[in-house]
Amino acid sequence: MTDSWKCSDAAANFSRRDFLRGSSAVAAAASLTAAAVQADAQQASGVAIVSGATGISLDVNGKTHKVSVEPRTTLLDVLRYQLDLTGAKPVSGDGSSGAATVMVDGKPLCASTLLAVACVGRKIQTVESLGGAKPDAVCLAFAEHDATQCGFCTPGFVVAVRAFLDKHPQATEAEIRSGLNGNLCRCGTYANVIQAAIAVVKGGK
Amino acid sequence: MADTQYSWPSRDDAKLLGKSITRVDSLAKSTGAAKYAYDINFPKMLIARGLGSPHAHCRIKSIDTSAAEKTPGVVHVHVLDLAKPGSEVQWQGELLAIVAGESEGAAAEGVSKIKVEYEMLDVFVTDSDLAAATEAGRTSKGGGKVQTEREPGDDDDEEEFLTKEFDRLFKESKYVVEGTYGVDAITHCCLEPHGATVRWDGKSLLAYLSTQNVSGTDEGFANDLKIAADDVEVRCDYIGGGFGSKFAPDYWGVAAAKIAQATGRPVKLMLDRDQELKIAGSRPSGYIKVKLGADKDGVVQVWDSEHWTSGGATGGGISHGVIPYVFAPKNYRRNAINVKTNLGPARAWRAPNHPQACAITQTAYDDLARQMGADSYDVFLKNLGTDDKPGVGGAKPSVYAAEMEIAAKLMDWKAKWHPHGKGQAKGSLVEGLGMAIHTWGGGANDSNCLLKIYPDGGVESFCGTQDIGVGTRTVCMIVLAETLGLPVEAVKANIGSSKYPVSGPSGGSTTVGGVSESHRRAAQDALAKLFELAGKKLEADPAALEAVGGRIRVKGDPKRSLSWKETCTLIGMRPLEVTASFKRGTPSPLSNQTVGGVQMAHVTVDKETGVIKMNKFVAVQDIGLVVNRKSAASQVYGAVIMGIAYSLFEQRITDPKSGAFLNAELRDYKLARIGDIGEIVVEFYEPDSERQRGVIGLGEPPVISPGAAISNAVCNALGVRVPVLPITPQRVLTALQKTGRA
Repeated sequence: MTDSWKCSDAAANFSRRDFLRGSSAVAAAASLTAAAVQADAQQASGVAIVSGATGISLDVNGKTHKVSVEPRTTLLDVLRYQLDLTGAKPVSGDGSSGAATVMVDGKPLCASTLLAVACVGRKIQTVESLGGAKPDAVCLAFAEHDATQCGFCTPGFVVAVRAFLDKHPQATEAEIRSGLNGNLCRCGTYANVIQAAIAVVKGGK
Repeated sequence: MADTQYSWPSRDDAKLLGKSITRVDSLAKSTGAAKYAYDINFPKMLIARGLGSPHAHCRIKSIDTSAAEKTPGVVHVHVLDLAKPGSEVQWQGELLAIVAGESEGAAAEGVSKIKVEYEMLDVFVTDSDLAAATEAGRTSKGGGKVQTEREPGDDDDEEEFLTKEFDRLFKESKYVVEGTYGVDAITHCCLEPHGATVRWDGKSLLAYLSTQNVSGTDEGFANDLKIAADDVEVRCDYIGGGFGSKFAPDYWGVAAAKIAQATGRPVKLMLDRDQELKIAGSRPSGYIKVKLGADKDGVVQVWDSEHWTSGGATGGGISHGVIPYVFAPKNYRRNAINVKTNLGPARAWRAPNHPQACAITQTAYDDLARQMGADSYDVFLKNLGTDDKPGVGGAKPSVYAAEMEIAAKLMDWKAKWHPHGKGQAKGSLVEGLGMAIHTWGGGANDSNCLLKIYPDGGVESFCGTQDIGVGTRTVCMIVLAETLGLPVEAVKANIGSSKYPVSGPSGGSTTVGGVSESHRRAAQDALAKLFELAGKKLEADPAALEAVGGRIRVKGDPKRSLSWKETCTLIGMRPLEVTASFKRGTPSPLSNQTVGGVQMAHVTVDKETGVIKMNKFVAVQDIGLVVNRKSAASQVYGAVIMGIAYSLFEQRITDPKSGAFLNAELRDYKLARIGDIGEIVVEFYEPDSERQRGVIGLGEPPVISPGAAISNAVCNALGVRVPVLPITPQRVLTALQKTGRA
């Protein structure tokens, strides 16, 4: 299996092997706990209370970007309005559509339910990092298997499929059907998405 | 050129037409590069958010926006006409005011600070309850028709005659089925919500609008803004779903333009998810009381129904003209009642009227099979009628019959069939089969195309159409490339601007037909001119030339040829420009209308939990001539999946007391997900007899049958009808309990 995320420069340390260790649920719970502890500690010391607009740096697609955020600013809003990375889509505020899926430290997360300030120091990769001159195998398979109609759900779905196949490179059709239920498509491209994902598994990418 | 004989190449001669071709823009979509209205960012752009009415029916007493205006980051507050004191709000979510700010957060905070006083008014939303609607004075006549084989005598009182005649017909029927069926209202739920990103350049408005009507919305803006239509450009390179709900700028699009005018800054105003579901379009509900009578063979001889439907606050509903659906019994009486509620108004939803009509009437035909203990397939077949007397829509019964045979083979119907409720249960699991049939027109829409062929061989077209998911760009390019003998990538199709030649809205399965007409005509006309030039050079009769494999050559003498580029140098210094038009309804050798389709579903139902699993779904569809096999198949897959959603999951749930739309978020508004769809088999029915008719629209037809097919499969599994869609687990269990089969 080759690493098909187009990581460059700063993101070169990003490893999918880290992501593959242990279950994502456990990892997510652990990182939440760690973040909470850190927040408590910071609050106790009185140094990390942010209000109003503040400048932060975000590591997006291997580059450091200085952005201005408020505590309420979501990662999705920063990506879309400040970095003009509009691949991740605002479909549902509660994250139940999966259209805003991006990778944060190798995990597929919903950018509309993440606060930008909580992403400092984390490696963020958007669907745009899978494009470029040599598109990722998942993007190519979506095109080949016509897994887009209106296409609005597609970028989130592509990231979800990439993350799922990184974790399950030998996924069976049944696993694909049960493992990608976090993403909604209104046009009904699911049958084609399944074929695209199967093709990526067969291609070993 | 009036003397061009427009035609399509034969199946054998076609190089691209009917082949599986990858969409030219799918990689742009899958890498996030495609820009939708929501994605357009202008410098200094304001973000706008709307305040929706929290109440379904109320009168505005006062509105105070002062706190919103003082909110940091808020730049402008726009109060809509509906918020003027004394105005009556008719449904929840309707926008009262719009706040534009420097960020999403500022706009949302501003919205939260608007103070409105409301006077509450009576609410009615229970459209499924006809008695309650009648009592509340919310019903109106929706039309109807009676037809009997026997005519009343000259001296007969017509009503008395009909009463006696229907009594007689039912008495003479070997089988009589009575039932109540329904399908709840659903929403369009476009993943890209309605809205626009707009900018003024002096007196001109540039509106990136999420629309399925690029060529028709510039005037909408112009009328409402009282400016000249030529001062508006509507752009829509990509649209994130429409399904019939995005034909107009809508008042919020116009408001975005007004705010941009007032502030001198670009504005983005997209509805939020809750508003999208509440106000931006829904499909009418439909409920029916049916009594039908059939002869010993299961042929329905008499149909008597009353259905009531609701298109929300603005009324409207399902036409009586499609009842019963497709089938044409000799005697029928059908009445429609419209119910007015305090819910967001209906908009055209993919195949308006048909999916509901199919779901509430072909279930009754299936209940006839159940009562007879007969195979549903046989009952459907016997009721098809003959080609000289087709039913609703006019598709040929012989086409349905042929499609049924194909579908049955793909489904392995005979091997899987068991009489209703008589299948072998595995524990609490029972399997079932069901089918349904449907029809649609799908005639080509108006379309104009400007085609330019450059002296260097470049080819591009301009057409004010749009791609709502069909793959319109690719269709245009396939038609051009096929005609000019070029590969797809050698031509370019420009769509998505109201400044391009007018093309019809994408509604009613009319787009592929329309753009195929205009592009084929333009390309054939251009090619005739090129043949004249090449003929001189090759010393050949222009009529003896053909365009194949990137060359213009003499038929039967391929050595006498010019390359495409050589030919184009003959054009001269300036590009060759050709415009072609097609007017909807014009008889044409290139396009046609009226299709039939057959679908079959196989499900497993868990009698303990009420959960339904889709095992297999077969869709056989007549579409005339296939342009792009790959995207055409996707449209059918998508329609079936949408059908699974409204059959099993999707419904607008309302609170009868407050009128609130309770599940207007995607965690609660259940759609099918990837694990819910089972195996889907798509097959086009395309013998020469149908292919030679030309291009016919495909978007609507395959979304019609799933409701009845799946309901019938569930009924076949359980032996009990779950009468109303969506067939939720709770409804399965309720139906089982009612009949003591739980």
